[in-house]
Amino acid sequence: MSPESPLNSEMIAVRGLTKKLARQEILRGVDLDVPKGETLVIIGRSGGGKSVLLKHLVGLMQPDAGEIWIEGQNITRMTERQLGAIRQKIGILFQGAALFDSMTVEQNVAFPLREAGERNLKVLREKVREMLDVVELEGQEKKMPVSLSGGMKKRVGLARSIIRRPKCVLYDEPTSGLDPVVSDSINRLIRRLQERFGMTSIVVTHDMKSAFHVADHIAYLHEGRIYFHGTSTELQQASDPLLQDFMLGRSEEQREVESSTLRDES
Amino acid sequence: MTRLFNWLGGTVLAFFQYLGEVVLLAADTFRSIFTHKLRWKLFLRQIVEIGLLSQLVVVITGAFTGAVFAAQTFFQFNKIGMGSATGAVVSVAICRELGPVLTALMVAGRVGAAMSAEIGTMKVTEQIDALRALAVYPIDYLVVPRTLAIMISMPLLVAECIAFGIAAGYFIAIFLLEINGTYYMANMVRWTLSRDIIMGLSKAFCFGILIVFISCHKGLTAREGAVGVGRATTEAVVNSSLAVLIFNFFLTMCLNIIYPAGYQ
Repeated sequence: MSPESPLNSEMIAVRGLTKKLARQEILRGVDLDVPKGETLVIIGRSGGGKSVLLKHLVGLMQPDAGEIWIEGQNITRMTERQLGAIRQKIGILFQGAALFDSMTVEQNVAFPLREAGERNLKVLREKVREMLDVVELEGQEKKMPVSLSGGMKKRVGLARSIIRRPKCVLYDEPTSGLDPVVSDSINRLIRRLQERFGMTSIVVTHDMKSAFHVADHIAYLHEGRIYFHGTSTELQQASDPLLQDFMLGRSEEQREVESSTLRDES
Repeated sequence: MTRLFNWLGGTVLAFFQYLGEVVLLAADTFRSIFTHKLRWKLFLRQIVEIGLLSQLVVVITGAFTGAVFAAQTFFQFNKIGMGSATGAVVSVAICRELGPVLTALMVAGRVGAAMSAEIGTMKVTEQIDALRALAVYPIDYLVVPRTLAIMISMPLLVAECIAFGIAAGYFIAIFLLEINGTYYMANMVRWTLSRDIIMGLSKAFCFGILIVFISCHKGLTAREGAVGVGRATTEAVVNSSLAVLIFNFFLTMCLNIIYPAGYQ
């Protein structure tokens, strides 16, 4: 097995992670530490490698170089079967929720427990109901995923990924494609889970409102590296034009126009 | 010229890489069959899907092939006064070649397409990643039940195809072509040996394995989008049909050493 690391106190530690996809460098040396119990939000431009980074953290992708440590274990060289034990500790909510479309909501949520060997129907039903309670979807057990809205799918996906009470949950764009009201309820849900179960959370998003709402720390992924890592207040006070552009939702072109008008006025 | 060699080399390499991937998938699956617990529910569902629901297609294929083969054989043989040998020819041909090959082609079209489409869709909608993230090995969950189900279903389907082929041939011969039933039966039983049947069923087993791994591999490696799944499905059917036809030749040559044709 992998040797013990000095990074034991961290839930997740990433060192020098690089990844190329179809000859394009997506990640160019990402270093990241996530302490236990913290909520870290990773922001960045679309196509900037946020989801790719997230998939590396559960071993769904293999890095070209660099290391990933989960609770002091190096998962980079693990086989698919060895990763099983690591994946029990980490839940992931996929961007499209990735529900099993041949199963009902109840079967989807119960799936991880069934796979872990739980056969008692009463226990399963009880646990599923409890989880659906947490994500505010009481009484939807018998529905099929096709008949759910985007927000409901994400909640079911979330229920499925937390039913085994993982120590850490990864969220891939939890609010993308949802209306502001549903987005807000998802943000609250993330917050509540962290408070109630003490889960470490990593949220990948480009929704700044969501980021400020849930984050203890925010990391900005830019051109395959962590460009900024700090608290929400630090980010808001940052004078770096790149960060400001992102927060204000301003394109470079717009910034140039603004700065030239400023110059003209002065 | 260099470009030609580049292209040729690339194609050959890609082909061997493809073969390697399929073989690795097969190795992984068999390892999983012997070392991990079987999911009975999924296995039984696949038996229904692959075995039970393929019966109609296979029966129709077998019956009409048997009928037409009996008729054609009779037209030729009757000219030299050997009409009553029709039964023997039909039954041996169906047992050794027509039954297994035609059944395999039908199953490749029906079941192979379904497998690659289903697994391919799961792949592109991240359901396979979800399985992995929930600590379930996709091979255990998706490929093993299908492999075991097809290994059991294929010989049974081929047996059914052979039975209906022979029966249909018999009815055509007796009632339509008016061959003497007693001679027909006697010749058929005399020239059809148990090793002909064993050969057919062995082929069925091998073809089943070819179909399941080629189709599951195509599904597991499907590319993004509806186009990706569509292409994976087409390629699964084409590749497994070709593999069945090509492999059939070599299998016939090898099996003929163990189960030689004819009466000795």
